[in-house]
Amino acid sequence: MIDELIERMLKGDKRAAARLITLVENDDEKAAEIVKKIYRHTGKAHIVGITGPPGSGKSTLLDKLIKAARAEGKIVGVIAIDPTSPFTGGALLGDRIRMQRHSTDPGVFIRSMATRGSLGGLAKATNDAIKVLDAYGCDVIFVETVGVGQIEVDIVRTADTVVLTTVPGLGDDIQAIKAGLTEIADIFVVNKADKEGADATVFELELMLDIEKEKWKDSWRPKILKTIAMTGRGVKELWEVIREHREYLLKTGKIAEKKKFRAEEEVKTIVSSMIAKRIGRKMQEDELMFLIDKILSREIDPYSAAEVVLEKSLGVKV
Amino acid sequence: MVERSKVRIIVAKPGLDGHDRGAKVIARALRDAGFEVIYTGIRQTPEQIVESVIQEDADVLGISILSGAHMVLIPKILRLLEERGLKPNEDVLVIAGGIIPPDDAQELEKMGVAKVFGPGSPIEDIIAFIDENITKLRKFSG
Repeated sequence: MIDELIERMLKGDKRAAARLITLVENDDEKAAEIVKKIYRHTGKAHIVGITGPPGSGKSTLLDKLIKAARAEGKIVGVIAIDPTSPFTGGALLGDRIRMQRHSTDPGVFIRSMATRGSLGGLAKATNDAIKVLDAYGCDVIFVETVGVGQIEVDIVRTADTVVLTTVPGLGDDIQAIKAGLTEIADIFVVNKADKEGADATVFELELMLDIEKEKWKDSWRPKILKTIAMTGRGVKELWEVIREHREYLLKTGKIAEKKKFRAEEEVKTIVSSMIAKRIGRKMQEDELMFLIDKILSREIDPYSAAEVVLEKSLGVKV
Repeated sequence: MVERSKVRIIVAKPGLDGHDRGAKVIARALRDAGFEVIYTGIRQTPEQIVESVIQEDADVLGISILSGAHMVLIPKILRLLEERGLKPNEDVLVIAGGIIPPDDAQELEKMGVAKVFGPGSPIEDIIAFIDENITKLRKFSG
């Protein structure tokens, strides 16, 4: 079944691509099988992350960016992520609303995705879904994260170019110089720039970047742009800067560095999750309980117990 | 039973009426019941709805319609689904709600709508219907 789906997807069948994304989302074993089979068809797309706080206009901006990319004939993929409720396991995915006009465009594929327990702003299956869209033939893949706060930075391990949207009046300059989100942006967008305080926000961001003047001598100094996503103002310029950043990555060879870092992170993540799963399978519930009891009675500490667990389930001495 | 968090439901409002309170309430209730709900907004064309079903690989399509145009729009959606190779009740469960007279409801159910829920239908009935009928879809049965 999977082989047939892959064959159809490679020929540009949207339904097959959609089905494959569901499989990588729902089933770890099938995800591994699919990625193994499509991997050699991937690596061509420009992956652009759009991140920023809730309500900063990510989806609306994306709607306009799709238009700009389509105007150049690019095949566009979108993965828009919204949170799963930690209480019910359900999710209400609403990013699509703002992009619906592109639904019927054969050159656009929009997929909503729920976080399903992941906390870094993306879903566990996001990277594999990107691979499906890459193999399907997308030139650009936009990944819209959930609305983020200060530390949900998984997008930096996924995207070639990270666009961070913000809006005027979110906080004082201390918010801007705090570590985290601001460290991952290649492009800052001050959206809703018709609101009071837009110039002040741009100024604060510039100041923040000035602190690291030395760093920018031999690397990309993040660009700061003002947009009004609702009317589309500034979006053309934003699309140009996104492309400029891609050019920069290619010209300087930094793209290779990024891909290396990303591949390393990905393998590490897969290894941890494989180990976790094997431990779950190998360790008998009563064996684990036996250890837990020992921890509670202070006969053994949690670190030593973890060593026992690893040794028993993987057969390696740690 | 199919795990609800792996059931993807599109809630769509075709046609020109802009009243989506009902659709939003249903979308939220289905989310609270643990489903993954994709809300596509108001004034959707049948083409947009069908393309969304395909790209989202939706298992359930919930159509909310209050404008009175249900006998035009819903058959069109069913036809477009078939044209794109999606068989109602086999590949996707189509349910409808809103102001739909009983005679029309019957006819729509003959055309391929799995169930029409009239005004005031308890949300529990809709949830139970989905739980019960989702297993009939090909992707969940084999």
